[in-house]
Amino acid sequence: MFSIFKHVKGLGLPAVAVIILLVIQAYFELSLPQYMSDIVDIGITQRGVPDSTPLAIAEQEAAGVDFSKTQMRYLLNKGGIMLAFSMIMMSAAILVGFFSARTGASMGMQLRDKVFRKIISFSNAEIDRFSTASLITRSTNDIQQVQMTAIMMLRMIFYAPILGIGGVIKVFGTRTGMGWIIGAAVGAVLILIIILLIIGMPKFKKMPILFDHMNLVSREILTGTNVIRAFGREKYEEKRFDSASTDLMNNQLFVSRVMALMMPLMMFIMNGITLIIVWFGAKGVDLGNLMVGDLMAFITYTMQIIMSFLMLSMISVMLPRALVSAKRVNEILVTEATINDIVNPLDEKVKSAKGDISFENVSFCYPGASDDALTDLSFTACSGETTAIIGSTGCGKSTILNLIPRFYDVTAGRITLDGVDIRDISQSKLRSLIGFVPQKGVLFSGNITSNIKFAGDFITDEQMHDAAMVAQAADFIAEKDDNYESEISQGGTNVSGGQRQRLSIARAIAKQAKIFLFDDSFSALDYKTDIALRKALNKKINDATVIIVAQRINTILHADKIIVLDDGKIVGTGTHKELLKSCEEYCEIANSQLSEKELHTDMNTIITEGGTL
Amino acid sequence: MSEKIKNPPRPRHGPGHGPHGMPSEKAKDFKGTAKKLLHYIGNYKYAIIIVSLFAIGGTIFNVKGPQVLGDAITELFNGYMAKVMGTGEINYAAIGNILLFLLFLYGVSTLLSFIQGWIMAGISQSISYRFRKDISEKINRMPMKYFESTSVGDILSRIINDVDTIGQNINQSIMIIITSVATIIGVLVMMLRISPLMTLIAIVILPITGILIGFVVKHSQKYFVDHQKYLGDINGQIEEVYSGHNIIKAFNREEDTVKEFAGTNDKLYESAWKSQFISGLMMPIMFFVGNLGYVAVAVIGSILTIRGTIQIGDIQAFIQYVRNFTQPIQQIAQVSNMLQSTAAAAERVFAFLAEEEEGEWDGKSEVSNQDNMNQVIFENVHFGYNPEKAIINDFSLQVSSGQMVAIVGPTGAGKTTMVKLLMRFYDVNSGRIMVDGRDIREYDRLELRQNFGMVLQDTWLFKGTIMENIRYGKLSATDEEVIGAAKAAHAHRFIKTLPEGYQMELNEDASNVSQGQKQLLTIARAILADNPILILDEATSSVDTWTEVRIQKAMANLMAGRTSFVIAHRLSTIRDADMILVMRDGDIVEQGNHEDLLKADGFYAELYHSQFEQTAV
Repeated sequence: MFSIFKHVKGLGLPAVAVIILLVIQAYFELSLPQYMSDIVDIGITQRGVPDSTPLAIAEQEAAGVDFSKTQMRYLLNKGGIMLAFSMIMMSAAILVGFFSARTGASMGMQLRDKVFRKIISFSNAEIDRFSTASLITRSTNDIQQVQMTAIMMLRMIFYAPILGIGGVIKVFGTRTGMGWIIGAAVGAVLILIIILLIIGMPKFKKMPILFDHMNLVSREILTGTNVIRAFGREKYEEKRFDSASTDLMNNQLFVSRVMALMMPLMMFIMNGITLIIVWFGAKGVDLGNLMVGDLMAFITYTMQIIMSFLMLSMISVMLPRALVSAKRVNEILVTEATINDIVNPLDEKVKSAKGDISFENVSFCYPGASDDALTDLSFTACSGETTAIIGSTGCGKSTILNLIPRFYDVTAGRITLDGVDIRDISQSKLRSLIGFVPQKGVLFSGNITSNIKFAGDFITDEQMHDAAMVAQAADFIAEKDDNYESEISQGGTNVSGGQRQRLSIARAIAKQAKIFLFDDSFSALDYKTDIALRKALNKKINDATVIIVAQRINTILHADKIIVLDDGKIVGTGTHKELLKSCEEYCEIANSQLSEKELHTDMNTIITEGGTL
Repeated sequence: MSEKIKNPPRPRHGPGHGPHGMPSEKAKDFKGTAKKLLHYIGNYKYAIIIVSLFAIGGTIFNVKGPQVLGDAITELFNGYMAKVMGTGEINYAAIGNILLFLLFLYGVSTLLSFIQGWIMAGISQSISYRFRKDISEKINRMPMKYFESTSVGDILSRIINDVDTIGQNINQSIMIIITSVATIIGVLVMMLRISPLMTLIAIVILPITGILIGFVVKHSQKYFVDHQKYLGDINGQIEEVYSGHNIIKAFNREEDTVKEFAGTNDKLYESAWKSQFISGLMMPIMFFVGNLGYVAVAVIGSILTIRGTIQIGDIQAFIQYVRNFTQPIQQIAQVSNMLQSTAAAAERVFAFLAEEEEGEWDGKSEVSNQDNMNQVIFENVHFGYNPEKAIINDFSLQVSSGQMVAIVGPTGAGKTTMVKLLMRFYDVNSGRIMVDGRDIREYDRLELRQNFGMVLQDTWLFKGTIMENIRYGKLSATDEEVIGAAKAAHAHRFIKTLPEGYQMELNEDASNVSQGQKQLLTIARAILADNPILILDEATSSVDTWTEVRIQKAMANLMAGRTSFVIAHRLSTIRDADMILVMRDGDIVEQGNHEDLLKADGFYAELYHSQFEQTAV
């Protein structure tokens, strides 16, 4: 919690203001019982005459002195002062509320902003380390938690000790000799809380785990309805659900019963303390050590002190959660992005880049992994050519693509763009040259235009339409009511998977890049769309460097260069024809995807056959 | 690449989200829902009546307390005055007796409240439990259609959040209503007994409190609604940006994104502090009103004491009563909010429980020849998800035992529809489907589905060990059988390379194994289940073609002698099928074997060629 404060500016002044205001509030709150006491002891017993004794007053009254006016003036005077104090207290409390709300909210805003910027600056290595889901929770729930706690802290946690200490000072000021009762009361309350915590804590801690488990089981059942039914496992799943549900119920039951015990016991302690005060107070009154009004004030002080302890302990139950949240937020803030620009990037050198990409003995190992994902790769993808990478799932195909825009940095060797190491170019310059199409079409909320023109406003409408046309998206866009202004919801969930993919291809084309990276981008499309798209694409970007990662062999048959990857190593390079002769792994893939006839027929025949379609 | 947040975050009943501030959702039909809910709680009515008696008892004893304490102080004061005047002594015996009596009162009150809380916790928890149980059983009775059209998150939030809300709120609101009403009445009686005049003053304070609370609630509501909205906006933005992190970077959009975020963040800040501030006004204002009562009681009480109308201890008692008087009123204001959100939650749960269920078929169809086991017959089948729009028209097909039927077609052609009909996830509109000579609607669903082994494109696995996940196909399988199935599915090798082999725990969403590996596990599961009819719905779409070939070899063994239905995306995998159904836009446009269809030179031929056509890209 506390290390997080150094990331936030402008907390000091409001915090000081809040504390001053709280002291003021506590001072007046603690003064009220004193006036109450005066009203009883002086106002009633002494008819509003201070510095006298009830006996003297009684004698004077017997002598015919009328105190009623004095008394009334005294009462109204004290009452007025009490009212004024109440007003001051209220104003102070409102101001405290104002400062704490603003400070807490500003803290939340600053943290959110810093965390967001930080995460934006992260490379994939850092993102993987935390996981996207965790980063989202940290940026949302955790910061919210910190913010709420900061507000609570300013408003209540600070007040409790101030009030408590003030109360103790006041009590000792009354010189009743009953201070020990307060000590005993606080002790009793603390012991009760500690006992309940010891009993309840294990179950309290289990709560979120059980909720998560309930959640998990329900989720599995809901996402697996067809499998569950296909295997006839309905009863089995009901039992599994029931066991999670029963665990949750039993735990919750225990926790609520502990809580049910707590409140009545607290009340009992407070009431019991009052009785003790009256009993010992009576003795004190008898001995002339204190007056009845003092006794009443004492009861009020004791209650205030106990309440403040109670409040403190209640809040301290939630502090650990906030501390965990703060720690999680802090972890992000202290993490440094591992991929940064060098001090003087050589952007000039690639000003009019051709777009030749060269891998020179590149190896790559994911952070934390024991084995290299890519081992000693060397190849060149030239501009105007299509380089295809094929291989089985998990052989590192996508990893190669991720290295080019520097989502990750190589662990050994280097990647060059027109002969310049890409680490010597600024990330923004490098990426401005690249049109990247991911495996899954990721869209952003907005409309179709904002998504296709994602690279920037330099894209003209004409270029946008052109890109959509090439990506085979123009037709379905035209069918939409608002055409290019059609809304895209968050994550692009309101268009189909294939449409998402086509829009994400259009987005890359519209960028007018020098280098195009397609990460198995055509698999979400049906074959016909796929073919039409690739034909159009071929015309459009024939001077660019194109690197395609593919699983389907027919996607890449005609690539200028095919690289066969197995287990992170290059096992073959060449054209389709060459590889059929030279590369065993390639033949296996080809055999699994093409018919005998297709394998042995001359390529040209197939083209003609295909062309008749 | 990107993980979705599992659920919308659970609304926390933590600090700050004070019950005053949160705008409560409103149920559309409050009365109807309340009736249903009362009916649901009806089983516990005796327990609730007993609890109410305890609560009322506890409250009465508690309310009596201050007055008795006041008596003690009066006794002390009088004794003290007498002593000062020299006319008597403090009567310790009397004070002691009063205090002992008080101790007894408080003790009984504590005991009663505790028992009441104990029972009530039991009631509310068992209500939540019953709701969850009903929902889970309901899920299994609902048609598949429902799950295809409703988001998992939505149903989840009903099972978890809504049920929790109902349980918590029922517990609290019943207690608060009973104790608050009892307290208000009790305190009112006690105050009237002490001094009608002072009671009047206390009552005058009430409407002031009411107006002030109303004012704060009304104004903070608006900001809370705003706050929730902007919070939603910013969470959406965060999720979107983090999930699309690569794209943001690839397109150099970092700056714009940060700028956009800062804009929302600013709005969030404004609404956050305003909502916090305004709802935070409640406490000081209530405090002030409380003090107002305190001062009024002190001054007027003193005057009355001097006139001898009331005793000094009555002032002390009255101060406590005034405090106790405003508190329950505040609580009742909270309860009305709480009831609203309970009703809203209950409405959603009841709506779910009232959803349509899978119907039983009460028709009869004559039994045809029994001799052909595993034979599947489609007879003049008509079907549409939407009755007005039939997508399968008069489809007939006879599949003999051991045949392989392939269903092909472009994405979205409705290939899985046939399978869904066969498994009775949906019922035909007319015509019939027969398995082993019996109309499938005559089977018990469970019995029917035991005939099918199924591997789906969507690889559903649960959190648990790999062993457990494969064993799901046949719960009684031994470890050896499981391993055997894994070997047949070509999963054994990769399982052995995993950290704990078969005992490796799959995590949520099984993201610690790859998509292809998941698919192998589901195939192993189906192999283990060993059912007479196999359904493979794009079963190998996520594995690479090398592995696919190997799996297919294993499958060929598995499929031998079995009737199988194979839905395929890659046409290369189904060339050997006995029957290929070609679907397009939901209709079966062609059927026949590979050679026939190629010769026909229709849609299949077109599809087939297009797969192997090449362009230079």
